[in-house]
Parts: sequence; C-alpha cells; structure tokens
Amino acid sequence: MTRLFLPRDALAVAVGADELAGAIARACPDVPLVRTGSRGMAWLEPLLEVETPEGRIGYGPVQAADLPGLLAAGLLRGGAHERRIGRPEAHPFLARQTRITFQRCGLTDPLSLDDYRAHSGLAGLRRAIGMGAETVLAEVAASGLRGRGGAGFPTGIKWRTVAGAQAPRKYIVCNADEGDSGTFADRMVMEGDPFLLIEGMAIAGIAVGATQGYVYLRSEYPGAIEILSDAIRVARREGMLGRAILGSAHAFDMEVRVGAGAYVCGEETSLLDSLEGKRGQVRAKPPLPAIEGLFGMPTVVNNVLTLAAIPDILAAGGAAYAAHGFGKSRGTMPVQLAGNIQHGGLFEVPFGITLGELVHEIGGGTASGRPVRAVQVGGPLGAYFPPALFDTPFDYESFAARDGLIGHGGIVVFDDTVDMAKMARFAMAFCAIESCGKCTPCRLGSTRGVEVIDRMVAGVPGQKQLLEDLCETMKFGSLCALGGFTPYPVLSALRYFPEDFTPGVRREAA
Amino acid sequence: MSEPEIAARVRDIIEPLTVLEGPAMPMLHAVQAEFRCVPEAAVPVLAETLNRSRAEIRGLISFYHDFRDTPPGRTVLKLCRAEACQSRGGEALAAEAQAALGVGWGETTPDGAITLEPVYCLGLCAAAPCGMVNDRPVARLDRARLAALTEARS
Repeated sequence: MTRLFLPRDALAVAVGADELAGAIARACPDVPLVRTGSRGMAWLEPLLEVETPEGRIGYGPVQAADLPGLLAAGLLRGGAHERRIGRPEAHPFLARQTRITFQRCGLTDPLSLDDYRAHSGLAGLRRAIGMGAETVLAEVAASGLRGRGGAGFPTGIKWRTVAGAQAPRKYIVCNADEGDSGTFADRMVMEGDPFLLIEGMAIAGIAVGATQGYVYLRSEYPGAIEILSDAIRVARREGMLGRAILGSAHAFDMEVRVGAGAYVCGEETSLLDSLEGKRGQVRAKPPLPAIEGLFGMPTVVNNVLTLAAIPDILAAGGAAYAAHGFGKSRGTMPVQLAGNIQHGGLFEVPFGITLGELVHEIGGGTASGRPVRAVQVGGPLGAYFPPALFDTPFDYESFAARDGLIGHGGIVVFDDTVDMAKMARFAMAFCAIESCGKCTPCRLGSTRGVEVIDRMVAGVPGQKQLLEDLCETMKFGSLCALGGFTPYPVLSALRYFPEDFTPGVRREAA
Repeated sequence: MSEPEIAARVRDIIEPLTVLEGPAMPMLHAVQAEFRCVPEAAVPVLAETLNRSRAEIRGLISFYHDFRDTPPGRTVLKLCRAEACQSRGGEALAAEAQAALGVGWGETTPDGAITLEPVYCLGLCAAAPCGMVNDRPVARLDRARLAALTEARS
C-alpha cells in the first residue's frame, strides 16, 4: 500500500501541515500517512511525499485546498503537477549537503524505534557499549568535535574532565534552550529524529560514568517537548534507556525539563541554576560545570547538535568525522538559513563553505528580491557582516578573525531596507530585557546602550566614543556571553554601516 | 475557588512532583497549567513544600517571562520580535496587530478575548514573520492571516 509522508515539524505545522493531514484523512482514509520530521527546505513546506517505485516523490508547498487537484493529477502514483519537485534527495538544496546529523530527518517516523534501527540508528550506542568508556573518549577526541552551541570548546576534553572527576553522581545535561533568532536545528532534531539525541546522551553517560540525563528544553517549542518526551517513553519501553541499556551493564535514564521563557538560560550555568529550581542567573566560573555542575556534581553540558553528532562518530569512528571540515573546525555544521532569504532552511555542510555561497548560491538571495545589505551570523549576539565579507569561510577561527562568530550556525539575511542603527539598538534592548541582573555591565550597560544609540541618531555629539567605551566595558566586564557578546552586533553595525547612525545621512524609517 | 480551595488543589498538583530532583520549575509549570497563572494562594504552599521562602517563590515567578500572577485572556497571541522576523516586516505587522486589537504588549482586550505578548524566537525563522496562538505555531504571517487570527475571538 502506497504511503504518504508529511512533516509534523513545527514549521510545517505553522504553515498548514495539520490541516493538510486532516484533509488527507478525509479524502483518502485508506492511505497510511506517516508524520515525519522536516527535510529542511522551508520554502517547500508543507512538503508532502508519496512512496512510488522510483522512490519518494515530493510535492510542495501543499495546502489542504490543493489536495483535490493533486489527487486528480495522480498524487498517489507520483503524477505530474506544478508542485511536484521529484525525488527530494535529488533536489539541489539536499544533493549539495553532507548530511550526518540530519541523515534521517524527514525520512523516518520520529517515534518509531524500528524505523530508527532500519536507518542505521543505535549502531553508535552498540559500539560504545562494546568498547568501553576509555575508547569512547578516545573516539570523541579523535573526531575533533567542538561544542555546537557556539563556544566551540573541544567535546573530548570536556568529557575527559567529567570522566576523571570523582563523585557519587554525575549528570549529562543537554542544552536545548535554542533561543538565538535564526536557529532551529535543535528543534528539528528533537522533532524529527529524537532517538538520535537520546542515543548521544546515553553514549555520553557511558563515557563519563553518568546515569542520569536532563534535556533543558525551551517552552517556546511545545512540539519538540511533546515528541521528545514521547520518544523517551518509547526508548524506556524498548530498553534503550533504563537500568540495562540495550541489555548491557550500563544504566542511563533521562527527563525533559521545560524552561520558562528566559533567553539567558541558554548560558550553561544559568541553565543549571534553573534546573536546580532557582532563578536562572549566571554563576561565576570557575568552578567549571565539568567539576561542579548540576547539584554540585560533575556535569557534561552539551548542546543538542553536539550530542546528536556523537552516535555517528561512534558508529563510523572519530577519524571519519574528522575527515570533513576546515582548519580546526572538524566535521559538519548544520547551518540554518533564515530571515529574508529565498531558500531558507537547514543546510548541513562541512566547515569551510563561504558565507557568500551560503547566502547567494544555496539561499538564492533575499525573499523580497531586493539586494542583500547585511547578514547576522550566530544569533542576537553575533556580528552583522556586509556582502564585502562574504568570502569568509564558515568556521570558528575565520569568523573570530573578522570580529564575528558562527555561534549556533544561524544566518539571518536582511535586504537594503534594514536600518542598522535600529538593529544595534535592538541588540542592546534585547540584552536589557533578557539580562539576568547578576553583573553590572550587562544589567545597566544594556540600558545605557539603548540611550546612547538614541542620542547618537538624534545628532548629539560625542556619542560614538561613548558607545565604543561602553561596549568595551560590557565585553570585558560581563560574567557571561549575553553582556559580553552584545557588543558584537552593535560594533559591527557601527563599523560597517556608519551612515545609518548619522542624522541627515541615515535614511529615516519608511 | 476560595483561597483554601486553591491551596488544597495546589497541594494535590505538586505532591507527585516532590520525588523529582529540583522540582520547583516543574511544579510552577504544573500549577500554571491548572490555573493559567500561579495564583497568590499557591505561593505559601510552594514555599512550604520546597522549604523555601515566599520571597524566593515570588522571585522565581517574576524572573521567568512565562509565569504569570493573573490569568491571561482566553487566547494568548504571541508575535515574534526577534531579528529574523524583523527582517521580514515583523515589527510593522506587530504594530498592525496592536492597532487592530487596541492593546499594547502584554495587554488584554477589554472583552478578555486576546492577550498580546512578545516572544523572542520560535525557531520558525525560515518562514518569518511568525507567532503562536496559545500553543499552536503560525508562520508566513501577513496582514490577511493576522487579521484572521485577531478577529477569531473565542
């Protein structure tokens, strides 16, 4: 029996996938509909796929109202239609990618462990159980994997520190508080391939000797909360989690904990305080969480994408993963193309591709059709780059060398109608809203920053120096990256788009 | 519900959660799921159960944007104000929503139908501008889709 496939990914749902699923159930109740993750081609969502002898054939974007026409055109046989895109794998956007973390996303039923196994899932966990902690640590170190949350710290070193710490209890904490605008890769993993994250956390548990894991998941992702929680129940029922994972001597279990709308809880020490039931305020480091983390115990805190890269590293070996990449940035990065972009979505690629290739060749330029004026890379704390810097290779060091950062891999594109003084002001205002209040440069500096930019745009003299000094203080005086990195968008906007800060020269908002 | 009734109900809700490590946040979420806010009468119960001061519990409620001390309108409409949505005209759309509803951020229409709130990123940034109607995500918002959302009052 021919099956249909349709994402239950939040983006697909937000543009009509559930209504389409309802229409399919009414129009062809005998056709099984599998709800999958998303392939990551956002402009084609909802992307409906049908099983045919030539493989799966995609149609997108499809609204419920389009269904009668599609059925008449022979949807169930893969018939011709203006929305037919052919085999999704052959689509240039997917064909150009190197999908490791996202190899299953969009293909499988996220809650079917059989599907997961059939698509090479659990191979890494089995191998980890067979080789033991020391060899797992060596494989992760050999992979060159660095923290995908933004800081880029070598995962192997972090794990070895926790493994070496003596304590009655250790924890694996997954940072799923993906709050950066322009990022959604964590959400796509949790909604589209949740067993991958569970497997990565279980392997981390074996490597460092932890038996309990927590996923700190933001409340803005109700779909991910539901799917990941369901997947954990399935994993427990089928022995992937519990007292003897996959029948081994290793115990590991995990829980989802839901955040409550605080951006700063994406900072690892705030996140730990929040998990402990406190206000999510930043802790001074040292001690590192690897030594004194959750409830004072040694704790691995890793981003979703870091943990999701682990199963394949264990299955194929660290060296195979390290064979991809550029300089000190090894492996692949799930880049997220967002904002004013024609072909937005998830593009997993080895490090080293240039920013310009991502924005123009892959993303197709702006959705508005106007010229690109600026891109913000790495979320609200990342720098704004003009097209003149589009030759920058996408890796940690190249961006740092140009006073930028890749952060969690999000790229937000703006066309030539953007007011960069307004964006700089927003960076300060956002910092003021989300500051945890613990350190003065962030708590007060952000509010003063908004005021200085307002005065600058109004033509009060001497404000540029004041803004630069303030940014210097925030950069070096703040406890964490919220206050410390807010100067990146502000100073880059000022440096590359000074005309927007100059009254008389700046184009006033339309 | 009277205050003692609320307190008794809160006790029932949070009692099963006392076995958790760090139960405060799950408890606050559970209480809010029941009452659509964390009522004042819940504070002393939470404080007693968690062996924390009432000030600390109030501190949690005020720190996290999600927790409320009064219930919102029947529908909560959240519009994203973060960069990706701004790049696609999110701010202009938000201004239209405010004008259509006659409310500012964080306010509720006089008939109690809709509360309008800002949100900073819903992870739908490749289909901006976006928002959320209660727990249902909505994306590729434009004037017509927004009008349908603001007019559909339950």
